[in-house]
Amino acid sequence: MIDNTAFWTLTVLLGLGTFLIRFSFLGLFGRRSLPDWALLHLRYTGVAVFPALVTPLVLWPEATGGTPDPTRILAALAAFLIGLRGSVVGAIIAGMGTLYVLQYLSQFV
Amino acid sequence: MTTTAMTRAQAFWRGYLDCAPFILIVVPYSMLFGVVARDAGLDVLQTMSMSVLVIAGASQFTALALLQDQAPVFIALLAALAVNLRMAMYSAALVPHVGHARLGTRVLMSYLMVDQAFAVAVKTYEEQPGMSPAAKVAYYFGCMVLICPFWYGCTLLGALLGRAIPESYALDFAVPVCFIALTAPLLRSLPHVFAALISSLAAIAFAWLPWSLGLIVAALIAMTAGAQAELWLRRRQESRS
Repeated sequence: MIDNTAFWTLTVLLGLGTFLIRFSFLGLFGRRSLPDWALLHLRYTGVAVFPALVTPLVLWPEATGGTPDPTRILAALAAFLIGLRGSVVGAIIAGMGTLYVLQYLSQFV
Repeated sequence: MTTTAMTRAQAFWRGYLDCAPFILIVVPYSMLFGVVARDAGLDVLQTMSMSVLVIAGASQFTALALLQDQAPVFIALLAALAVNLRMAMYSAALVPHVGHARLGTRVLMSYLMVDQAFAVAVKTYEEQPGMSPAAKVAYYFGCMVLICPFWYGCTLLGALLGRAIPESYALDFAVPVCFIALTAPLLRSLPHVFAALISSLAAIAFAWLPWSLGLIVAALIAMTAGAQAELWLRRRQESRS
């Protein structure tokens, strides 16, 4: 059971804190131009954050209690390969589809 | 697609369409949050308040799990905020594109800043350098106006349906699949590929850090790696010519 006061304190502060994180640079530096070295690094924000987010989720999924699961690793690879061809929907279908098919097949192994 | 002046309305609807595929992810993910939150003992109002005030799925799951484990509020808060720290990097990366907007607009853009909108918007801005500043802002809102109602609505649906959704759907896996779908199109140059590789390896190397700080460390290392790779390639080209 989650305590009511604890929940509301956490939710309000988390909402506020998350907003301040999101607002940080956009709010403070909005109308100023950033130096070149910063722009150079910021070009890599997406490719620097997303793989770091994905890798642990694929290697040590919470659903299996953190043990590596070959079906999820293969499904992630399938999503990646289709994603490289530029299709978001294709990548999502390939990823989830591969996982479902492999999970179904693994019953018979 | 031509880069000749896109009107604001055109940019808005392009953003709307470009973000549409991510509905496939937002629907199951927000429903899952609704289900898990009700399961943890929150009522519908509490569940919805969290989704509306925070709009950041990963941190909501983190906060909920820690509250359920009876962790002190302060610890749960720090852990959940650490998960969201990556958005400070998004915020910085958006400055050169939409930083010119009025303060009120920037406040609204900040509230709406989620992974999908950030990734889709920045990719388009870089592919279309001819886009006007006003069109960039309109495009960003186009992305979010589509995602946001689904986020709220499907959290509510999940909260109301509860355990009617069986676990065998492995909905948790929708999250990594989403980020893979976001990453793949970003790998458009050698330094980008290099940065992604370093990011992945560094995430493994720093997985032991508490409170998802491994993510932040890995991201900073990978950004540096990408930037240095770009500089190195540039120098090599210059010395050749």
